[in-house]
Amino acid sequence: MTIYLMCLFLFAMGLYCLVAKRHLIKKIIGVAILDYAVNLFLVLIGYKEGGVPPILFKDMSQQVLSRQSVDPLPQALVLTSIVIGLGVLIMMVSIALRLYEKYKTFDTSEISRLKG
Amino acid sequence: MGMSLIVKKITQLVIGLIFLFGINIILFGHLSVGGGFAGGVILTCGFILIMLAFGKDKAFSKMKIRVSHFLSCGGAITFLTIALLGYIGGAFFLNFPDHGKAFHLHSAGFIPYADIAISILIVSSIFIIFVVLVLWGGLTKNSGKDADDEEYIHNL
Amino acid sequence: MLTFYLLLGIMILGSIVAIETRNLLSSVISVGIVGFTLSILFLMLGAPDLAITQVVVEILVLVILIRATISVDNTDIEATRDNFAVVSSLIFLGLFLVFASFAFLEMHPFGKSLMRTSQHYLDNGLAETGASNIVTAIILDYRAYDTLGEATVLFVSVLGAIVIMRRIGRKRGVKSMENTGK
Repeated sequence: MTIYLMCLFLFAMGLYCLVAKRHLIKKIIGVAILDYAVNLFLVLIGYKEGGVPPILFKDMSQQVLSRQSVDPLPQALVLTSIVIGLGVLIMMVSIALRLYEKYKTFDTSEISRLKG
Repeated sequence: MGMSLIVKKITQLVIGLIFLFGINIILFGHLSVGGGFAGGVILTCGFILIMLAFGKDKAFSKMKIRVSHFLSCGGAITFLTIALLGYIGGAFFLNFPDHGKAFHLHSAGFIPYADIAISILIVSSIFIIFVVLVLWGGLTKNSGKDADDEEYIHNL
Repeated sequence: MLTFYLLLGIMILGSIVAIETRNLLSSVISVGIVGFTLSILFLMLGAPDLAITQVVVEILVLVILIRATISVDNTDIEATRDNFAVVSSLIFLGLFLVFASFAFLEMHPFGKSLMRTSQHYLDNGLAETGASNIVTAIILDYRAYDTLGEATVLFVSVLGAIVIMRRIGRKRGVKSMENTGK
């Protein structure tokens, strides 16, 4: 239970960084930390104590895999989620670069104050 | 252009091993750890290493931007074709080839071919993203160069 | 189990440094530390596919973020802070943590997973698909539609990055408008 709470604390820190900071690069760092926390939580749910990875080798019996392996379904979902997180981060950085080129600053309060 | 002589020599020695490792992870995705996504990103990091160590001219001679555009579209269309071919078996995305012997390279239906298509898509897509963000971010100070690939990017 | 707590503690410390420090380059490097420690944690939790993917994706994220930060001339942020946003977000996040911990008391204890759907995948994965890596069998045979969606998302993000970074030359644009307006 404690480990779930620590993972949730990481999520809350990422959310705080996204909301309360004014610099654009800090907001992007906040989204990255949010991403890590959510992926970690999904994999933590599927962990089995003393578990083996869900890969069958030649000299392993099927019974061992069925009884002792960790949950493979959250791992499949998180594999997709990591690559999608990369795509989202790429688009955010490209928007931030264009904003810097136009307004010459990364501060969001300055950007929202200027009239273009 | 690029980095110092030590970095160039080490890159020449190591780059073949990096590509071999990436292709191993792609092809054996259904037998051991790996899969299309991890192997594709490893291959992309190899191309980025060439660009960082030797400069962008050498990197573009290895993989041109027009080729990357066609490869990224080709990879996506190949994956969709594999999905539509599942109608031969009776449903969308059905694993219709025979499964072969277990623990062999040629087994598991269309899973190796789908891995290869996904890895081609990822290599070309992330290479294009890296080129667009790092080299032509609008903040470089060289404006007015007339290389062929620069014109192609500016007129995208 | 002690290693899990230790690695999560390192991740929390790294993210505190990444959020609060004033130098941009230091915060980007701290995010790199958080990502690599997450990869070690994936390996200990029995997910080697995820560990490989997380390491290489983290390298790409670091390269792109460092490129975004060296474009700024001075890498120090000013010290003004938005007091209303900080205080209100801290209050709401505190409430969120309290109520979420009530919800977590209803969950299964850590280390005993339910595995209702996955039991079928583990028992019949090799026989039905022929692949011995069960995670690959799930993402490319049982749930291949999600992989199609992921390829679409990656493709769209490439298109988005190209479109945002494109610059149409002013002379070329004006000339073509003159030619079609005649």
